[in-house]
Order: sequence, then structure tokens, then C-alpha cells
Amino acid sequence: MTGVLLAAVKVAVAFGFLMGTVIVLVWAERRIVAFMQNRHGPNRAGPAGILQTAADGLKLFFKESMTPRKAEFALYIAAPVLAVVPALLVFAVIPVGAPITIGGVTYTLQVTDLDVGVLYVLAVSSLGVYAVTLAGWSSGSKYPLLGSVRAAAQMISYEAALGLALVPVIMFTGTTSLAEIVEAQGGTFGGGLPAWNLVLVPSFVIFLIAGFAETNRAPFDLVEAEQEIVGGYHTEYSGMRFAFFFLAEYINVFNMAALTTVFFLGGWHGPRFGPPAVEMALPVVWFLAKTWAIVFLFIWVRATLPRVRYDQLMAFGWKRLIPVSLVWIFLSMVAIGVRRFGLPWA
Amino acid sequence: MAELVVFAVFAAVALAGAFVMLSARNPVYSAIGLLASMFSIAVFYVLLDAHFIAAIQVIIYAGAVMTLFLFVIMMIGVDRREDTTEPIPFQRPIGIVLALALGVLVVAAGSKAWFTGSGRFGSVDLVGTIGVVADELFGTWVLPFLGTTLLLTIAALATVALGRYDVAATEGEEGP
Repeated sequence: MTGVLLAAVKVAVAFGFLMGTVIVLVWAERRIVAFMQNRHGPNRAGPAGILQTAADGLKLFFKESMTPRKAEFALYIAAPVLAVVPALLVFAVIPVGAPITIGGVTYTLQVTDLDVGVLYVLAVSSLGVYAVTLAGWSSGSKYPLLGSVRAAAQMISYEAALGLALVPVIMFTGTTSLAEIVEAQGGTFGGGLPAWNLVLVPSFVIFLIAGFAETNRAPFDLVEAEQEIVGGYHTEYSGMRFAFFFLAEYINVFNMAALTTVFFLGGWHGPRFGPPAVEMALPVVWFLAKTWAIVFLFIWVRATLPRVRYDQLMAFGWKRLIPVSLVWIFLSMVAIGVRRFGLPWA
Repeated sequence: MAELVVFAVFAAVALAGAFVMLSARNPVYSAIGLLASMFSIAVFYVLLDAHFIAAIQVIIYAGAVMTLFLFVIMMIGVDRREDTTEPIPFQRPIGIVLALALGVLVVAAGSKAWFTGSGRFGSVDLVGTIGVVADELFGTWVLPFLGTTLLLTIAALATVALGRYDVAATEGEEGP
């Protein structure tokens, strides 16, 4: 029974954490992009405008949810939920800190650790495409349909690269559990640099690029390109239904940054010092610091790069990213083979 | 008990999904029905402690195959009315007979062996984990596994070759 209670508490905390994160994330994005474009951004509600997102959320909550006459109602209603659920589920396996021990009982700071964690992440995040596809189709309108067809093609293409980028990480750490992948990055290389998977530079770069595409962020935001297809798949949505898509998008950005941290930046590893309470809290601080650094990169790229053309997107995904990741997997295999069995002529 | 409840719920979802897939007029709803069925099957794998297969089931079938189905349905044009006349006579009776035969087979097989959970295989913690599957795949069954990969590679190469086949360039040539 205590197990069920513990799980419920973890789920509730994770949910609250994600909601709070999204509020800060939306505000941070608007402010940072504004500063990069020599504007002020939202600065009226609360100190430095931090309550703007909460105000916007409240506004959306009270707005009327319109339904187009030609909409397929069942799927039109289901699509926003289908967008949020996978986004929340991915976070369940992300370890946000080192296991903490209180009163002789050790608690892991992740909702659950799965033996097949990496595959779970890929599986659940691949379900996110249905929300976009079905939203676009069920709206019964042409721009959403165009957006959703773009989304389906884009997400299938970059999912492959995303998965392939993780293969060397799995090969070098020898596990698919996210907690163990973080654990494996604990030491240092000869007492100097921390032993993060960041040394697998090609994997890191491919994962990050594919991550931009999977979350439909600039420069790969063709799915909702305002200038071409109005707003893409969520054109016909309003009120809370629109808010759900918005929520899912920002949770996905945070998840992708957190996963990059887990796979390549050593997760919660970092210097630990001070009294027990501080020492216990530091891993969470390191994790959040690294994750927000990647989030900042997401925002920075959005403010910097123009949108790619559709043919460029497809050519880059299939003719550059995937072949490069295949070659990199092959090289990793050779490296592991040499390390374990020695050179073939030795 | 919890296992039975989860099984009952998702068995119902799987059957409902299959029914929707067959009966829906609109191909998009058919695809969604099939998706629900496949996802429920992944849940059954989880109940049997086969986490690896469950993850693969979702990645391949729910994630890739069904997305592709939906994509193609949308590309072809989803608004076109389907031709619902049945070109094969006796299609429905044959279908019913085959379904009944399958039902009898399932009941017959089920009465001989009935699996719940993975206790039958010894340690519950190990069955279906990546390590166990990998040991089987790359140890006991390595040759069939490599044969399958070879087949898939050949199929992929053939697809590329057919896709790049230029009819105009080869029209004037003699011989095979």
C-alpha cells in the first residue's frame, strides 16, 4: 500500500513540477526572444512579467471553445488530450536527482525507472504525432490538414535520426535504463574532465538537431508556419483545447532538454559538498541548471535561425543525419570491439 | 487482481478497436481503431512482463506503421467516398466461417495452456528484459537472426533500386 501511495505522491509532484516549469518556460522564452530582438517582452504582470503566463492561462480557461461545423467531433476533442498525455508520460522516467535517503529509506527522484527506459521514451514520444495529425485532419479545414501532413512526414523522418543517435550511448553505457545511463557518467576521465557522454559529440549533435525537429521548434517549425499555413494543425482550436496543445509543446521542449541532459550531460552529476541537506539538494540543482542551459539553447536558436524549406528539411533528415548516424554507429562498434578484443592484427 | 482488471479493460479496448477498424466508413477511424488494438496488445505484453516487446510493439506498430498509414490515407484524400460494394461473392459467409474456426482454435489452444504472468519461466524479474532477449537473440538464435537482417537489407536495397529505376533510360536497350 505504501508503494501505491509513494507512486501517487511522485506522480502528483512530477505533474506540479511540470506545470510550474511550463509557466516559467513560456515567460522565459518570450522575455529572452524579446531581449534578443531589442524589445521588452511581457513585463507588466508581476515582477518582470513572470505572472503573464498564469494570466494568459486563466484567460484561455474562460474563453469559449469553438468547434468548426465540418469538424469530426470525437477526434477533434480527443486530439488535445492525445498531445498532452505522451508529453507527461515521457517525464515519468527522467531522473531529476540522485536517490535521497531519509530515515533509512532510499527514494529515487524519478517517477519510475524502467529497464527499457530509452525505448519507452522513443515509443511514447512517437505517439505525440497522432495528436498533431488527428487535430489537423479532424478540424475539417485545409490549413490544419496541410500542417498535419507536414507534421507526420517530419516526425517520422526525424524520429529515426533521434533513435539512431542514442544507439552509441546505449552501446557505450551498456544499459537502456535512464537511471543507469546517468549512473554510468559518474566518474572522470583521468581525474580531469567529467565522464559525460558528451564525448560522443556526433551523437549529441544529431540528437539535438533531431530534438529540435521532433518538438517542432524553429528552424523546423514548418508544422505551424504562421506565414504559410496560418497556424498549422491548431488553427481551428481555441480556449482550453488550444491551451492543451500549447502546454504539450512546452512540456516537450523541457522533456527534450532534460533527456539531452540525461543522455549526454551527465544528468544530475556535479560537485557535491556542504552539510547533508545541501549535499542532498545539489544533484537536483545541477540537473536543472544543465536542463535550463539546453532550454536556453532552444530559445536562442529560435530567435536566431530562419525556418528551413520543406525540401531542405527532408533532404537534411534523410540524406545527412541518418547516414551520418549510421556511420557513427559503425565507428562506435569498431571502437568497442577494439577496446574489448584488442586490434585484429595484435 | 489488478492484473485481471487491466487485462479486462484493455481486452475490451482491443476488441472495440478491431470492431471499429472493420465497421468504420471513414478510413481514418479504421486506422484509429487499429491503433487502439495495437496499443492494447502492447499493454498485454507489459502484463506478461515482456517490457522489451511492449516497447517495440509501440515503437514499430503504433509509432511508425500506423503513422505511415494515416499519412498515406491523408495523402490519397480522405474525403473521397469509398466504394462499399463487395466484389467477391460469399465474402461475408466465408469471413464468418473463418472467424468461427479461429475462435475454436483459440479456445482449443487456451484450454491446453493458459499463461498469466511470467511465473512459469522462473524468475519474474528477468523475463522479457532486454538482457534476456539479447542473450536468446544473439546466442541461441544468432543465425536465424542474421538471416532475417540479411532479408530485410535485401528488401530495402530492392526498394531503393525499384525507386530509382528509370524506365526511359532502359527502354531502347536489348536483352534482360
